This record gives sequence, C-alpha cells and structure tokens, in this order.
Amino acid sequence: MPGADKEADLTERIEAFLADLKRGGCGTGPIRGSGETARETTALLRKVTAQARWSSAGDLMEIIRKEGRRMTAAQPSETTVGNMVLRVLKIIREEYARSRGSSEETDQQESLHKLLTSGGLSDENFRQHYVHLKANVIEAINELLTELEGTTDNIAMQALEHIHSNEVIMTVGRSRTVEAFLKDAARKRKFHVIVAECAPFCQGHEMATNLSKASIETTVIADAAIFAVMSRVNKVIIGTQTVLANGGLRAVNGTHTVALAARHHSTPLIVCAPMFKLSPQVVITTVVRNRIILSKVNVHCPVFDYVPPELITLFISNIGGNAPSYIYRLMSELYHPEDHDL
Amino acid sequence: MADCGEPDGPGNKDDITRSKNEGKELTKEEKQRLRKQKKHQKKQKERKNEKGPSETEKDKTPVSLLPPPQPVATQKAPSALPAPASAPIPVPASAPFHSSPAPSPADKPAKSKAELKAERRARQETDRAAKQPGSSSSGIKTKVPLSELNPVVKRLPEHVQVDDPAVVKRLAKKLERQQTLPYGASNKIPLRSDYGYKVSLFSHLHQYSRKAPLTQLLSIPSTVIHPSIVRLGLQYSQGIVAGSNARSVALLHAFKQVIRDYTTPPNEELSRDLVNKLKPYISFLNQCRPLSASMGNAIKYIKKEISNIPSQCKEEEAKTKLLTCIDRYIEEKIVLAAKAISKYAIEKISDGDVILVYGYSSLVNNILCEAFEKSRKFRVIVVDSRPRLEGREALRRLVQRGISCTYVLISALSYILPEVSKVFLGAHALLANGYVMSRVGTSQIALVARTYNVPVLVCCETYKFCERVQTDSFVSNELDDPDDLMVTRKGKTQLENWQDVSSLGLLNLVYDVTPPDFVDLVITDLGMIPCTSVPVVLRVKNLDQ
Repeated sequence: MPGADKEADLTERIEAFLADLKRGGCGTGPIRGSGETARETTALLRKVTAQARWSSAGDLMEIIRKEGRRMTAAQPSETTVGNMVLRVLKIIREEYARSRGSSEETDQQESLHKLLTSGGLSDENFRQHYVHLKANVIEAINELLTELEGTTDNIAMQALEHIHSNEVIMTVGRSRTVEAFLKDAARKRKFHVIVAECAPFCQGHEMATNLSKASIETTVIADAAIFAVMSRVNKVIIGTQTVLANGGLRAVNGTHTVALAARHHSTPLIVCAPMFKLSPQVVITTVVRNRIILSKVNVHCPVFDYVPPELITLFISNIGGNAPSYIYRLMSELYHPEDHDL
Repeated sequence: MADCGEPDGPGNKDDITRSKNEGKELTKEEKQRLRKQKKHQKKQKERKNEKGPSETEKDKTPVSLLPPPQPVATQKAPSALPAPASAPIPVPASAPFHSSPAPSPADKPAKSKAELKAERRARQETDRAAKQPGSSSSGIKTKVPLSELNPVVKRLPEHVQVDDPAVVKRLAKKLERQQTLPYGASNKIPLRSDYGYKVSLFSHLHQYSRKAPLTQLLSIPSTVIHPSIVRLGLQYSQGIVAGSNARSVALLHAFKQVIRDYTTPPNEELSRDLVNKLKPYISFLNQCRPLSASMGNAIKYIKKEISNIPSQCKEEEAKTKLLTCIDRYIEEKIVLAAKAISKYAIEKISDGDVILVYGYSSLVNNILCEAFEKSRKFRVIVVDSRPRLEGREALRRLVQRGISCTYVLISALSYILPEVSKVFLGAHALLANGYVMSRVGTSQIALVARTYNVPVLVCCETYKFCERVQTDSFVSNELDDPDDLMVTRKGKTQLENWQDVSSLGLLNLVYDVTPPDFVDLVITDLGMIPCTSVPVVLRVKNLDQ
C-alpha cells in the first residue's frame, strides 16, 4: 500500500539521519557542518509533515516533538537539530493562528498584561482542522529552507563593513562561516590573518590552507602563542557551535582563552553565527569527549568552551549585526516560549 | 703626594683609588673626573715649573697614580681649559709656601695639607664650571649624582637584527676573524642560513631548520672548535639538550673539558689566551641555538674567573683552580639554589592542593617531588602544548614518583582551572622590568589563572636574572623550526606543502613574556620576592661581585 510504503520510507530516512548524527559526534568533529545539519533536519521535518498522518495542528506538533526528541537524544551536542525543530513548531503555530484568523502579533507577544489577565492563555489546543494548514506549513518550511541556504552568503556580504585594509585578524580553528566572511572581504581588501591551530585536532590547519589558497596572507600559530601575538591583532573573528540565550557562546575548545586575551588587549571580538545556531538553552554542560585513565593519569579533552557574553563585542548573523545583550530578544522572534523544553 | 689615602683628603680620590685596587671598572663619571684632575695636574706642573723645580716631584707622583690618558680626553680640553683658568688663582696664593728653597721635614705635612686644599679648591672650581650650561661636554656629569649608573646605550645583539644586511655581513666577518690558526677558509665557523618563509612581524629574527644543523657545514677535522663543543652545539640544535638549567650545565661541563685539554701556547698568558679561545666556541654555539640568559650569565662568570687568574700562576694550578670554580658555580647557583627554592616553595604547598604546572621545568618538578617526599597530599595537573609537548616528560617523571596527575592540552585551560588551587611556573629568565620570560604559553596560563583568581607562583634561580628589558614577545624571541607545526590527522597532513603556497606562513615561537601583574610571587634562592623586585636583586648581585 502506498501509505505504508511512504511511512516505511519515512522511518527509514529518519533512522538513517539519526545514525548519521550519532556517528558524527563521536569522531573527530562533525562529519558535516551545522548548516548542512540544519538543512537536512528541516528537509526531514518537511517530509514528516507531508507524509505522516495527522488531522490537526496539535497532532502534527506532537509528532514533530516526538521526532525532535529522538533526534536531539541521538546527538545532544548538535543543537541545530533541536533549534530547527523549534523553528518548525513555531511555524506551525503561526500558520494555525493565521488560519484561525487572529493576527499574529497579539498572539505572539507575551505582555505582562496578558500574563496577568488571561491566566490559562494557551487554552487552545490546536485541535481545529483546517484544510490548507498542511500546504501552508509546507510552504513556510520551504521558505525556512531558502533562508537556511542563504545564511552564509548573507553573513559574508557584511564583511566589507567590518574589515579595513592592513588589518591583522585572528581566528580560531575552522569555521565555514568565517572562511566565507574573510574570503569575501579579501576580494577588495588586503589584510593578514592569524589562525590558531586548535589542538588536538588542528582544524586550524585546514582553515589556513583554504584561506591561503584565496591569496590571503595567513600565518598558523600554536595555541600556546595566542596571548603572545594578541598584542598585534586588530580584531578577533570567530565562529561558534551554538549561541546561547544569554548572548554567551558554546564554541570550540580554546575560545575562552582567546576571548580573555582579547579583552586584556581591548581587541574587539566578533562572532559570525547564523541565526539557526541560536539556542534557548542557557546552562550548558561541557561535553567531555575522552577520559582515558592510564593507570594513574586522567586525561581530559573537552570539546567545547563556554564564553560569557561580557567578552563578546558583536554578533554578525544573517539578519545583521547585534550586540550580545540583544540576543534574548531575537530568540523570542524565532521560537515560542512554550516550546523551549522539547 | 704620598698622602693620597688621608681621610680628610678629597673623598673622590679615595673612592677612585679604592675602586682601582678592587679591580672594579671606573664609571664614566669617575673617569671624567680623573681626566680633569690629570689635566689640572699638568697645568699646575707647567705653572710650577716656572716657579720652582722642587714641586714637580710632588706633582709627578699623583700623575703616575692616575690611569693612562683616554683618547676622549681631547674632547675635555675645551672645558678643562676655562676651569683651571680660575684655579691658578688659589694656587699662586699658596705658591709663596712652596717657594722656600729647602722645605724642612716639619713643614712638609703643613705644606702638603695646603697643597691638598688647593687641589680640592681647584677641583671644586672645575666641577662648578663644568656644571654651568656653557660647557659642552659636561652634560653627562650634571645628570649623574649616583656613581652607579652604567652606560645606557648598549650595543644591540646581532640575533635581533637579522633584517639588517649590514649587521649580517658584520657577523660573517666576525666569524671569519675568529679562526685562531691561519689556515684557509675551511677552518672558520660557518654562518647558518635561515630557512623558510618568515612571518613579516618576525623578519628581524633567525629561523633555522632542524634538518640543517650547523655541523654539516663544518669541515673535518675542524681545528678551530673543540669536539665537545661541536657535540654540544649539535645537541642544542637538535633539541636533545633543552631547558635553561640543562643547557647551562651542559655548557659548563663542555667548558671544563676544554680547559682540561687546553695548553698555553708559548709567549702567551693563560688569562688572555683562554678567553680568546672561548670566543669562537661561543659564536658557534650561538649559531646552533641562540644563547639563553642563564648561559650568558655563566659565560660572563667564566670569563671573569679566567681573566682574574694572576699571571704568575702555573698552568696546572690555574686549570685546577678554574675547574673548581666551575664546579662551585654549578653547585651553588643551580643545585643548592634548587634546594633552597624547594624549601621555600614547600611552605606554600598545603594538603589537598591541586597544583597546575606547565610544560617541563626541572625546578618545578624538583619542588613537587620533594614536597611529595615530605608527605604533602596534593595532585597535579600538567598542561601541555603543541608542538613541543614537553609536558609528557614532566608527566612521566611525576607519575613515576607516584603523584596523581591529570593531563590536558592548553586549549582546555578554561575547563580545568576552576579545580585548581595554585599554579607553579618555571622561568627561562627574569627581566629587569619584572617581566617573566618563559616558554610560550606561560603568559596565557597566567592570564586565565588571574581571571579565575588562582595564585600564580614563579620559581626561578637568581643566576637567570638578566638586565634586559622587554615588554612584548616580538622584539626578542626565538623562532623554532616551522615544520614542527605540521601534523597528520586522519591520514592527511594539511600543511604538507606550505612552502609552495606563497601566502602561508608557519610561526613556531619558543618564548613569551608575562607581565608582572599576572604573577603573584617569585620564589628564588634569596627568598620570596614580588616580580618587581628583580632589579633590586640584580643590583645587590652586582655590588657583591
């Protein structure tokens, strides 16, 4: 039966995706970048919307929540998956509200007045059935996908506003966003980039090779020399794995040291992160990847660092530049507060 | 004027003669004063020649005690001339005293006192005249009330002027000149050439490759350089002997061997010839790997000891004396100093401490092992960094003793620091402005520790204190072989062909400087001092010597 086939196909796809996620985290870094993960997640959720059986928005949201929980459980450190699930949930709510006819703004804003007067605000249980809901939701998800595809370019377009000539820029490890950012600026400006190699996996080496192929003057330094050369650096531009709700970062190992050194020398720290990395989490747990115990020795190899928002100067995302103190506001635009715990 | 040593005589003269007897080098100010005196004596002598021949004898003696005239004295002539113009006025006043033909012995003390007074007045006149703004060369004199300021401008060392072609040529010529035997060019010390693309910020420093040690360019047999020095140079350049204490001790042992094998050539003095023999060795070692501050201090000490050997000393005696001197230096400055530092440092380690160390410092390792012997309960976190990965050696030694350790790379510093209660760091040198020069990465550790309010203690022997000043890690540093940064991960070496890509450079720094506000305490063999007290210790050391 075509329905069953579709369902089997769907579950197969989901299983394959989960396996990929699981594998990606245990190796030496994710197999694909976060952008790709986000796109795949969204595509998968679109498929779920199209092929799963649901009659009302509430059902759809339940299904998506369930799948979302499974996906985040497969790889907890890959937060973009969870973020995309939240985005889709928000899209569903919006489309439902639009179908119902109520204006979007009043529903979305959580004013103090509303909180006090309405009490059980979310009385609606999304049970009503609308004919065009499915089509609307799928269209909205398509828009989301287009947005995701263009994030890197959007960020790179802003490069010339932030980099002047003869600058010395420092970056850490490998970030595809920062790579595109710098390459775009290099078309018109001449500057120098110092890349910290980020042991033990030394992704910085790949970044340096790519940048130098684009004729950018690049220097590779060891992690230990970060503070030593910081006095000659004009800007620090880094990428991140996640942007937290308070404006802090969860970035690759060693970023906190870079941020402290930059603050000591009063060098601006600029973070290039697309909006799909913004996560509603605030408290983070450092993921410790390897703990080998060789008789009497403990070896620690943390994967991520927490960087507090005070050390960050600017966030550059696909919707423009923002101060870290504004991030919480952006979050309310992207996600609905009730979805924050999946 | 045999009564120069009189207590009520001019105090300056006492200083000068006393310091001369001690062999201390006269400062610029004192030299100037002496020159002026000499000039004044000459003038007096001329004038007294008109008056009577008897005075010349008296005048001659002080002249002979003064040092031989300096070539710069001619500059002083214009200022000295107007000054004594006023001086002769008091002198003729006392001349009536001298004009008596046969001075009786009873009158002699009185007359010499009067002459002394005249001398003093004359000198005061010259001083006062010199202090006037009109005199040209007195600028230095007016600035210096203390007698202990050394000349401010020192010559810039060659190893930080690589980007100046004139300096490089000068070094090549110096290496040629240092061949002691007049054979051909094959006996000179080769000049090591730089390797690879240098980052523009560091174009003033050398960058050598480990695959091209200097010894390949030497011809065999090389009669200029002693074989133990060649071996030492090779060990330095390949990194087999690393760490400032190890390098200094190895250097001193090699010099002991050189001294044992040394024979004074005929018509030469050991004190002068041996120093000249050591010069090409030092240039060679400098080419293999730039000398560290501790090695520089050790070499200064040896040269001083050699020059202080009296000329009538027999060769065997002199050699044994030198060997014992070197042994004593090693014993005092390194071994005993380490014991003293351990004693102080152990007071700072309490039970339940979590101590963070960075890389491999022989002194810090020593301290931790001794503390463990004294049954202090603590655990150690060893922080390591690429590309040298020296922390593994420290880890091995500590674990062998039975100390419980944790190992992390420097990028995990922010993760591990909340657990740490103290940070112990070693130093390569302590600079005169309080900055700590140490392995690259030390300043980073101090910075992050300061952020988490963890105390940072630096352990350093006093023989590593150095008179240089530096504020950043760029002006004077060492660039290691850039190929060390290459690494193979997942079967791919990303930077394999970095030489082919013109815009790619690799930077492998060896040292960095930590500002004194990151360091809470420095533990030395003289005690526990703050970072800013380093120039005080240097001054005390100089006075002792």
